[in-house]
Amino acid sequence: MFDFREKPGQLIDAHGQDTERKGFFTDTSICIGCKACEVACKEWNQVPMEGNLELLESSYDNTGGLGANTWRHVAFIEQDEEQIEKARDSGQKLISLGMPSIGAPETREKDTAKHIGMPEFGSPGTRIKEKVDNPPNPDTPEFRWLMSSDVCKHCTFAGCLDVCPTGALYRTEYGTVVVQDDICNGCGTCVAGCPFGVIERRDTGTIHTKPDRVDSRYAMDVKHEGTANKCTLCYDRLVDDQVPACAQTCPTTSIKFGNQSEMVESAVERVTTMHAQGSTEARLYGANTNDGVGGIGSVFLLLDEPEVYGLPPDPQVPTKDLPQMYKKVGIAAAGMLAAAATAFVGARKK
Amino acid sequence: MANADLIVIQGSNMAECHPVGFQWVTEAKQRGAKVIHVDPRFTRTSAVADKHITIRAGSDIVLLGALINHMIENELWFKEYVTHYTNAAHLISEGYSGPEDLDGLFSGYDDDLQGYNNETWQYEKDPEAADGIAKDMTLQHPRSVFQILKRHYSRYTPEAVEDMAGISQKDFKYLADAFAENSTRDKTTCVAYALGWTQHSMGSQFIRTAAILQLLMGNMGRPGGGIMALRGHATIQGSTDIPTLFNLLPGYLPFPVAGKHDTLQDYFDEAFPQDQKGFWHNGNAYMISLLKAWFGDAATAENDYAYHYLPRLTGAHGTYQTLMRMFDKGVDGYFVLGQNPAVGSANGRMQRMGMANLKWMVVRDFQQIETATWWRDGPEIQTGELKTEEIDTEVFFMPAANHTEKAGTFTQTQRLVQWRHQAVTPPGDARSELEFFHELGKRLRERLKDSTDPRDRPLLDMTWDYPVDEHGEPDAEAVMKEINGYYTSGPDAGKPLDNFNQMKPDGSTAGGCWIYTGVYAGGVNRAALRVPGDKQDEMANKWAWAWPANRRILYNRASADPEGKPWSERKKLIWWDEDETKWVGNDTPDFPIDRAPNAKTQKGIFGPDALAGDDPFIMQTDGKGWLFAPMGMKDGPLPTHYEPAESPVSNSLYPQQESPSRLLITAEGNQLAPASGNPGSEVFPHVFTTYRLTEHHTAGGMSRFLPYLSELQPEMFCEVSEELAEEFGLEPYGWATIISPRGAIEARVLVTQRMKPVRAGGKTIHQIGLPYHWGVGKEALITGDGANDLLGMTLDPNVFIQSAKAVACAIQPGRRPRGEALVEFVNDYRDRAGITPMTGQSRLTYERDPETMKIAEPPTLSEPEHHEGDKLV
Repeated sequence: MFDFREKPGQLIDAHGQDTERKGFFTDTSICIGCKACEVACKEWNQVPMEGNLELLESSYDNTGGLGANTWRHVAFIEQDEEQIEKARDSGQKLISLGMPSIGAPETREKDTAKHIGMPEFGSPGTRIKEKVDNPPNPDTPEFRWLMSSDVCKHCTFAGCLDVCPTGALYRTEYGTVVVQDDICNGCGTCVAGCPFGVIERRDTGTIHTKPDRVDSRYAMDVKHEGTANKCTLCYDRLVDDQVPACAQTCPTTSIKFGNQSEMVESAVERVTTMHAQGSTEARLYGANTNDGVGGIGSVFLLLDEPEVYGLPPDPQVPTKDLPQMYKKVGIAAAGMLAAAATAFVGARKK
Repeated sequence: MANADLIVIQGSNMAECHPVGFQWVTEAKQRGAKVIHVDPRFTRTSAVADKHITIRAGSDIVLLGALINHMIENELWFKEYVTHYTNAAHLISEGYSGPEDLDGLFSGYDDDLQGYNNETWQYEKDPEAADGIAKDMTLQHPRSVFQILKRHYSRYTPEAVEDMAGISQKDFKYLADAFAENSTRDKTTCVAYALGWTQHSMGSQFIRTAAILQLLMGNMGRPGGGIMALRGHATIQGSTDIPTLFNLLPGYLPFPVAGKHDTLQDYFDEAFPQDQKGFWHNGNAYMISLLKAWFGDAATAENDYAYHYLPRLTGAHGTYQTLMRMFDKGVDGYFVLGQNPAVGSANGRMQRMGMANLKWMVVRDFQQIETATWWRDGPEIQTGELKTEEIDTEVFFMPAANHTEKAGTFTQTQRLVQWRHQAVTPPGDARSELEFFHELGKRLRERLKDSTDPRDRPLLDMTWDYPVDEHGEPDAEAVMKEINGYYTSGPDAGKPLDNFNQMKPDGSTAGGCWIYTGVYAGGVNRAALRVPGDKQDEMANKWAWAWPANRRILYNRASADPEGKPWSERKKLIWWDEDETKWVGNDTPDFPIDRAPNAKTQKGIFGPDALAGDDPFIMQTDGKGWLFAPMGMKDGPLPTHYEPAESPVSNSLYPQQESPSRLLITAEGNQLAPASGNPGSEVFPHVFTTYRLTEHHTAGGMSRFLPYLSELQPEMFCEVSEELAEEFGLEPYGWATIISPRGAIEARVLVTQRMKPVRAGGKTIHQIGLPYHWGVGKEALITGDGANDLLGMTLDPNVFIQSAKAVACAIQPGRRPRGEALVEFVNDYRDRAGITPMTGQSRLTYERDPETMKIAEPPTLSEPEHHEGDKLV
């Protein structure tokens, strides 16, 4: 498998210039749930609307999750005091253990560094600014409403890219993962390859809602039907030195965009500050290069366990074990060959 | 706001309704500020605040009054600021008495006036004083504003807050402590409000209470202080500066009244008395410049600058009074621009029924909004109350250009005038408002060009010579130049004015809006300045242009102490420079630039020249911030808590239930529910509050027709507490019908912990949230029942705004009846409550002695109810 992290020279733009890996830092602690990111993304990328124009029955969320037609998605989670306390404790525990609570508890302690969503958090000589033993108790609310804008993770080890048989998915000069819609044949292999459930095939669908109907004045020209679709990190904006549409429109800078390494750096800084202020529920997601996808291009600061936001706690790229599998396949094949050869040899002997 | 140490957001859902402005709250928070959100609902604003405090809708004066009382009682107010910069020391006339003495009324109540005569609220005169006002600088005189204030708010206690506002004493203490800790020489508190304060029959008084508090705490005119009036839309601020209001001329000049202001001199005498301090003294120059801008050479000294061309007010011509005149066949035609009254205005049914009485109407919008289609698919067509073939109204729909398709300005909350460039030409027949009205004016003038009728002269004599481009679009910058003002004669004729002090009352200058003078200074479009934030200091004076005179913080003289030194290094803004003998600093001083801090008012000198060195409030007639308002408020000089109309709670502060000077519209179709204590009040036991969601724009004209916004909030819903859902059997995401005396609507049910019942007046009050974006029609991508169909028209007497935030209702599970059955259904509810058009229409709760205005047999006010567990320790 190609590990572009070790070959920074691979990030070269069309003019032969070295580029840096780009990414997001989505700080959900200052998200106001305005969904401007969802709309700006759709406007810029001409993504069609989705849904049947009925309430989704999920607080203020009516688009459900990431998919072919939603490349930024804002989740709304209503929680009571008990859940807030739990989140605060679990976040605090991340520090005490020097690791985040990702993966099943029993596996955590053995293999700390590898499963964490936070970079070397709390371990010696690392980027944690200062550890607070007795953080101040903030004005604990009885209730909270979490909002978080989700997006394609642009993984270091991207399952979708690994499994794509046509080469439609590729790694750009910005370290992002993009589908070339004119090459994609719509096979859908990538859909199963993504551990986050992000990429999806844009179907024509069987239910025609009001805006879908041919005679509707709201009918939209739907592009790329039948091919795989997902966030491009606004590739077409990056080549013009522009910020991706979602980050550009975010009024509170909850979505930040920049060099991925700087994004991780500011994420670490932010989570440190929040812990110092007593908001021990804060934790990072996807900032650790040793996790199951080699870290992600769009890191998050969350205020509860990833599952609460519908994010997998321990994402694993399905192609992670490919090298070993190939090796085993090789050995098996060699064994079979040997067996076959032996058989022939044996036959001859007869 | 970014400079604030505490931000109290009350009467506003800022994160949802002003998400772009909210970046400064986020910024302040990241710098360490605390954010407290006081609201009946837990909203997206509460979600990112440090603390959310649930308040009973409409009880804001109880809470704010209690904060005033707390600050005075505990000596936490800013003494030096208050003594020097407010009217705390001024004495009020002997004839004044307040609610403490008059069982909840102020002196001067007159039933015939449907309100007050403010004669007794005036300052006591002192012929010896340079400004003619009697004062007691020790603030001890019983008739000093400070003592009156202290007495007035003495009954606004934490117990009263608990009892009337439903806020625990613990939460009150949290808010009061935060407010006091962050209102000092070194720290400032900012208060932000929006329509959650304005849309009440006492909305102006809610804001006044906050103003008193901010003056007491020394937060006005200082960085990170003040009161942020969060204006809606992109240029609602602009539409009051250059008003779409019936009672104002541009720049807040009052509109002339028939019979009162027959001559220009009559008008000047009342509008701009020449024996007072401050800049309104120069109103004559602003008014004559306005007339010159409008009527050009036809405005001469001999004809009073064509003052007689201006229409005169014969009464209130607000939107609701105009509606009522429609029913009397008193309105022939109606222009509806950028508005969707069939959905967005109070009492939707009456709005639509009223329009059926018009001869013609013009709707200019992007889409065929419900105001353009009510005659064929509105709710009354479905109920049979209106029949399309019987409606005589001719409706003209004219497509409008949107903001990217036309050039011009937006003026936002901070008074920043920002230029908008045209990006593309409008599609098809769509045109800008500027082009539409320019063309309409041209055609009318062409039709009338041979007229000898004197009534046509104003139209024929007005300046109407804007250059147009190849598409017929007038040059918006030419309009801006006219608004800015220019010399009409002399060596500089035609040259733009640099500031409003250059305006003269002799016809030598013209200007369409005096406060905007300077936006085109030197012929440069300053609204279009866009120096990025990182290329200038934090005040960002080179980003667009703020009226007046590019001042970013109003009354900023108050940012320095009486000697002219900043109150603290941390909060310095402008200060007196001894060497240069002028005010200097980071902002344009909002004060006569060379007026020394120790300058005193001289006898016989008036206007700006009369301002003393410690008179920061330069627009006030005495240069001081008004804790007590001798004039300007129709419903009392000090904010006083009265219950909203049709409240399920009895007023336990005074034996007067509702504001006696609220503006009532008595009509079939606008019936009110009986207030607490009256038979039938139990039929409408809950309170609903209406609001916006981030995903939609007001009445939906700019969002329900767009797929990307419609899918984000596709259906009308109501937000209810778990307790209410349990009690009335409301299924989560099922349907509920909400009923008021005006109508019934259906909505999907969002059961959420974000809504909590409150305890008030000894009762459990359920508050129901209703977004008002949906409307009934066939054109929009998403449709639904309109919450405003439930609203009545009970108005604030100062500004004529409707009460939309605390209204009585009933709720039941399931969908509403269809067709005629819906009318019967609402009638049935009204009958059960015994409602007639006269219900809730009496101004005085109890009969009073006509001489003393006291209640003959005052009732016993209920004792505040205490909640166990919430007590202060």
